[in-house]
Amino acid sequence: MSAASNIRRNGRRPGMNDTMSKDPLLEVNHLKKLFPVKSGLLSREKKFIRAVDDVSFKLMPKETLGVVGESGCGKSTMGRSVLRLIQPTEGEILYKGKDFMKASGAELRKMRSDMQIIFQDPYASLNPRMTVGEVIAEPLNIQKTYSSKEETREHVLEAMKVVGINPKYYNRYPHEFSGGQRQRIGIARSIVLHPSLIVCDEPVSALDVSIQSQVLNLLRDLQESMGMAYIFISHNLSVIRHISDRVMVMYLGHVVEMADKDELFKDPLHPYTQALMSAIPLPERHSKRKKIILQGDLPSPVNQPSGCIFHTRCFMAQDICSKEKPELRDMGNGHMCACHFCGKMEKGICGEKLQG
Amino acid sequence: MSKNIFRFFNKQKEFEQDILKNGMGYSGFYGDSFKRLKKNRMAMFCAMLLILIILVAVFAPVLAPYDPTYQDYSAVLASPGPAHPFGTDEYGRDILSRIIYGSRVSISIGIVAQVVASLVGVTLGAVAGYYGGKTDSIISRIMEIFQAFPDLIFAMAIMTFMGKGVLNLFIALGLLTWVRTARMIRGSVMQLKEKEYIEASRANGATTFWIITKGLIPNCLSTIIVLVTLGIPNAIMYEASLSFLGIGIQPPTPSWGNMISAAQTFISYRPLYSIMPGVAIMITVIAFNIFGDGLRDALDPKLKS
Repeated sequence: MSAASNIRRNGRRPGMNDTMSKDPLLEVNHLKKLFPVKSGLLSREKKFIRAVDDVSFKLMPKETLGVVGESGCGKSTMGRSVLRLIQPTEGEILYKGKDFMKASGAELRKMRSDMQIIFQDPYASLNPRMTVGEVIAEPLNIQKTYSSKEETREHVLEAMKVVGINPKYYNRYPHEFSGGQRQRIGIARSIVLHPSLIVCDEPVSALDVSIQSQVLNLLRDLQESMGMAYIFISHNLSVIRHISDRVMVMYLGHVVEMADKDELFKDPLHPYTQALMSAIPLPERHSKRKKIILQGDLPSPVNQPSGCIFHTRCFMAQDICSKEKPELRDMGNGHMCACHFCGKMEKGICGEKLQG
Repeated sequence: MSKNIFRFFNKQKEFEQDILKNGMGYSGFYGDSFKRLKKNRMAMFCAMLLILIILVAVFAPVLAPYDPTYQDYSAVLASPGPAHPFGTDEYGRDILSRIIYGSRVSISIGIVAQVVASLVGVTLGAVAGYYGGKTDSIISRIMEIFQAFPDLIFAMAIMTFMGKGVLNLFIALGLLTWVRTARMIRGSVMQLKEKEYIEASRANGATTFWIITKGLIPNCLSTIIVLVTLGIPNAIMYEASLSFLGIGIQPPTPSWGNMISAAQTFISYRPLYSIMPGVAIMITVIAFNIFGDGLRDALDPKLKS
């Protein structure tokens, strides 16, 4: 227990009080990531996959921002671009007021120690040639936090206890663990430097359902005790609802809606969000919720639809949708939505559609 | 009952003490691999055998009963006996002494050619795989040029171009084998660098040096080991083939290859003359292969039994 409280104490950084928390921890402005596509041998025209297209958001300290969207919508690319694991094509990333995009060398390394990532696949994210102790100690060794091995080991031991791995497995190799335990090891690795921000890239989607809630609760407990902010990427709306403070809905590299969790789940404004919500299975056996079934497939991210990117599959699409691109507008209480009709639509309509 | 509970806590305390004191006796990846290797008796036996063969090569002048080039015309093609355990060849030279001296050529060719090929191959392959793009294209094209020629003809061409000699044989065999190493390493590095654990290191601010030494090399090492242990016997064989064709090691310097080549005329009359160098090659090759297998297994923690 003393070890856990030690991490807790360390987690409280000086200067992290209520007045500070009004400044965003992370501010992302107009982030873009384009991947060039190989075109034909003779064609000169350069094409790009617009994986992340003009994404802006702010993240407060200790806040959890959920990011949802179907596969291929650029959630993971966005998460990795924020950490510059994938170099963004354009945009501005301000971390604690510093320009992360321009950081390099020692400064970049220093900033990286404060921003961590938890990966989706617990089998691929641990080096098979390292023991658990080494995996967890790696960030400490890279950052040269301690000069002595004893201090490093003590810190690793502490982290192992906090995430719930028995210290007697210190010298085991990752392949000797189950998926849930591996994910705990991955979490231990990401919290060992006491970061202020962790990007969780679908941390539970590869796990057994019974383990998912354990890991989610662990993440939430850690957030409470260590005061980190999460960018939580998932395609599972129930998971997002469980853990997020705010939710961002992405479609084809764009943010279509962003709002507080309760607000979004109670009153989704964008037709795409509504369609997603209607797909959440209800526990009742004969529930009669009308489902909004989207027609067609996700359009190619190389040739994006004109106007509103969602108009090809939208059940409310009008002429204007294919001509004009809707801006992300604040519909009150910080509920942002990018749809021509989200202001004109009565709240009841969405509700009716959902409850049918 | 309560005693049991305390025992559990004491046990946990012990683990923790142990970790803090010496990391539970963990001696790093290489130390741990060596521990696993030591448990593999067959591999250790072959390692001993290889050390023995190398010692024989080093101390050949002490061990060999005769000068390998001394021609005793009173005992041409003598049958095995107390004076000459394996008999003598067509010039009356002692076969045992020639095999002992021949180990110098064969072992050094095997090891030097392979070490050179591995250094060049691993470096170029890793650079091509890690940086990709234009660097990769250039290195790949060079490799393709080398691969376009049939192995033996390529080696023969180099040997005739540069002249016969041990050093030139090293170069020819090195040039012959580095491409295979480079290709394999390029492939594994390309695959490994996309792994999420490498990305995790980068997210922690790891330098390229850290990623290569902690992430890529330990994970590539088994591939390298396999290539080297297959390559050493291969080089010994190539030396034998080239000597057999008459462009390898030139007489009177003995090598296992040119001994077999010379012995073919007398194979029915003095079978031991050709069999004994063959046995020497066989033992060396098998020892390298088994030791290499053991080393590869030891380097992979997943195969820990």
